[in-house]
Formats: sequence, C-alpha cells, structure tokens
Amino acid sequence: MIALAGLAVILIGFLLRLQPLLVVAVAAAITGLAAGMAPIAILAAFGKAFNGNRFVTVVYVVLPLIGLLERNGLQERARALVAGMRGLSLGRLLAGYMLLRQLSAGLGLVSIAGHPQTVRPLVAPMAEAAADPAGTMIEPEREKVRALAAATDNIALFFGEDVFIAIGSILLMKGFLEQYGIQLEPLALSVWAIPSAICAFLIHGGRLMLIDRQRRRAR
Amino acid sequence: MISTGFPYTVAGMMFAGFAAWSLARRRWPNGAMWALLALSFLAGDRIGDVGNGVLVLALVAVATIGIRRPAPSVVTPEQKLAGAARYGNRLFVPALAVPAITIGGTFLFKAMHSLVDPKQATLVALTVAAITALGLAAWFFRPPVIAPLEEGVRLMDSVGWAAVLPQMLAALGALFAAAGLGETMGGLLGGLIPGDNLIAAVIVYMGGMALLTMAMGNAFAAFPVMTAAVGLPLLIHAHHGHPAAVAALGMLAGFCGTLLTPMAANFNIVPVGLLNLSDRYAVIRAQAPTAILLWIANIFILYWMAFR
Repeated sequence: MIALAGLAVILIGFLLRLQPLLVVAVAAAITGLAAGMAPIAILAAFGKAFNGNRFVTVVYVVLPLIGLLERNGLQERARALVAGMRGLSLGRLLAGYMLLRQLSAGLGLVSIAGHPQTVRPLVAPMAEAAADPAGTMIEPEREKVRALAAATDNIALFFGEDVFIAIGSILLMKGFLEQYGIQLEPLALSVWAIPSAICAFLIHGGRLMLIDRQRRRAR
Repeated sequence: MISTGFPYTVAGMMFAGFAAWSLARRRWPNGAMWALLALSFLAGDRIGDVGNGVLVLALVAVATIGIRRPAPSVVTPEQKLAGAARYGNRLFVPALAVPAITIGGTFLFKAMHSLVDPKQATLVALTVAAITALGLAAWFFRPPVIAPLEEGVRLMDSVGWAAVLPQMLAALGALFAAAGLGETMGGLLGGLIPGDNLIAAVIVYMGGMALLTMAMGNAFAAFPVMTAAVGLPLLIHAHHGHPAAVAALGMLAGFCGTLLTPMAANFNIVPVGLLNLSDRYAVIRAQAPTAILLWIANIFILYWMAFR
C-alpha cells in the first residue's frame, strides 16, 4: 500500500495546481523512500531516467523554424486560406484533419504532425478562422477552439497509430504475450484496433458536428 | 555511426542559444532553465547519474521560482499580414517540408544502417528536417541572423516548464516501477472481481487499464500489470477470450486514459503553453467527452466480439 503514497502526492499536487515539476520531484522522493531506497540512490535513479528520456524533448528543434515562419505571416496566411473557403465550418475542418491524421498514423506516419509542428502554426489558426470568419469572437471562446484543435490531433493520433503493425504498442503486446506462451502476428493485434479507430472517428466527428450545430443556433 | 549524438548536440546548441539570448536580456530564470537543458543535452552522458539528479533539482528550483512569460514580439500584426500577402502559399513550403523530410529521411536512414542507427532514424530525420527547412525559410525570407533564435525562444518561453515535464514524468515512472506501484494497483483492482462474472471482469480490466494509465501517464506501463493481473488469468484463460482482442482493446482503453491525465504531459500540457491557453487542463477538458464515450465503446467491442 505504501507504494501508493507517491501517487497520492501527484493527485493532490495536480488538483491544487502546485508547480508540477516540484510535485513530481516530491512524489519521486516519497516513492523511492517508501520502496526503501537511500536518498542518494533515488537522486541517481531519477537523474539516470531523466537523462535516458531526452529524446522526448528533441522535437523543440523545430521551434526556430516555426517562429520564423510565423514572423513572416504563416498563421495569417493559414487563416486567410480557410476564410476564403465558404461552407468550411469548424467541425468539418477538424473532422477532415482528424481523418487525414488517423489515416497517416495508421500507415505508421506518426511524426508527420504534432503540437509544435502543425497544430500551433496551422491547425489552430485555421480552426479559429473557420469558427469565426469575421474575427469577432471573444478570447475565452477562441481558447476553446484552439484546445479543440489540439484535442483532435491527440485523439486521431492515438486511435490511428495502433492500426499500424510496427508501432511500439503493438510490439510491446506481442512481446509480452510471447512470455506467456501466446504467439501472435502483429497483424492479428492491429486489426483489432480498426473497430475502435472507426468508433473514435464517429464519436469525435459526431461531437464536432454537434458543436457546429450549437454554434449555428447561438448566432 | 550517427545515433542520438547528432540530434542531442543540435538541441543542446539551440538551448544554449536560447539561454544566451535570455541572459543577455536579463531574463535570468528563463536563461537558467534553457542553460540547464543545454547542459543536459550536451553533457548529460558525462556528468553521471547523481550529476543528472542534481541537474533535475536545479531545473525544479528554477521552475518553482517561476520563469517569465515570453518577450513581446518585435514584429507588429500589420507586418505579419504584409508578410502573408507578400509570400502567400510559399509560407507553407518550409512548414510542410518538415514532415516530408522526416518521413523520407526515416525510410532512407533505415536503409543506411551502417551509417545511421536504425532505432534513432526518426529522431535523426526530424533534426535534419528542422535544419533543412530553416535553411529554406532563411533563403525565402532573408531574415536578420538573430530572427530564428529570437522567435524560437519566444515559443520556447511560452511552453516554459512544461517542456521539462514529460522527461520528469518518465523518470517518475521508473521510480514507480521500482516501488512496485503497478503490481500493487493491479492486485487491488483484481480483487474487485466477484466470482466468474465476465462483464465484471471486462469492466475491471478496461477500467484498470484506463486508471493505471492515468496514474502513470502512459499505457505501456499499465499494460503488463493489468494483463498479468486480470487479462491473462480471467479473460483469456478462464473465459477463453481471443488473446489479440483482449490485448489490443486493453491497450486502447489505456489510450482513453492517456487523453484524461495531466501525467501525459507532452500531449495534454505542452499544447496549453504552445497555444497560450489560460486553463492548464483545457485540452483534457476538450478530450474528456470523446475519451469517456470511446472507453465505453471499447468495452462493448471487447465484450461482444472477443468471447465467441
């Protein structure tokens, strides 16, 4: 039970919106102490794992490029492109993006898009322009539109990538089941991701259409 | 052989540039944070495990003191509109070159396995793509030399401490594993199932995958625990469920959990900074209805299709 102490720290810290890095460090210390590790061993284990996971932070090397493009009007151009398309509602735009993202992720092309590369410079400003061609929306509403763009990218990625046979999660499942004497082809696992991928598109696409309808009524 | 050394050196030099820019403008906490990340990328393999631990503590201290909001842009909205009018759709070319070169490079580098480590092909390709596209953009726009650094650091400042959170959480996951957190929770959840009730076992398995993923921030950590505790003994062996379906749908139930937790920081917290959202949990809120409905849909798919 004592192993859950670190988890409790995370839960309380995140609920109270304390500084997350501090919360994680305290949770790590408590988890390590509960497991009977010496403080210096906890520090070393944490430092080693931090160093071993630097690859997740490499993606920011695209930021100087994105910043330079935005300085020269990328977001404005993306907005103008969408504003010029009549009948392209917020819901239809994001549903279209979702379909593209799911299909490309299903083919294994997961790093084709992401929050720094595509959502911030392209999808979010396009979504804002589709939601509000006249530019009269108040900022809290704009924030909701941008959050929805980020959410759509995440959902499409998660429920597209498992259809691809060589993605990490499929290989993990195959390897784990092999330890218990169950031999499976990656394809046998990935076909089971297809019904869920379709459900994801129907559920999230349905929500997007509902949002469109609510916005039309409110006008 | 080209492996992580090349992307890490590029990232380290970029963060060193961000640090120098910030320190020169007396933005001390921001300068300190990016300098520490530069140190991590450039020298992380040479300062030892305890050294890295101390580096993390320093990052936590800087984040707790608080880093500053991005500096205001030097370019006016009118200038940006003028740029959009002047360059038109050419603006999209470098932006789309990044995914194109990343994909092409990944396939190419995987074929050149004597030159590039195939396991790191995507990371190397992404770095090459970022540099090539930046060169392309510099050729199109002829910006001042400082511009990419200046604009890059503004975006980096808007991500702020959230940039470090995914690595911190991955490290926390390592300690959770050492303390046996997954096994403890798996045992607790497994004890909830009454007798040989199939629907109860399915709900506990899928619910456990989602909850454990929310707690640990990633479904990969939850999968072995829940499959060993409930999936294999009950769903596959006792109820003769299709092993591929039980595994795949369990993993997808975990992905529903990923959509609901701040522990999956690179998906749910990093965009909050990148998109200037004032609510830290705005992305999670936008995902929650889809995630919950999809989790229920996955339960039905498993229950109806895997046990026949």
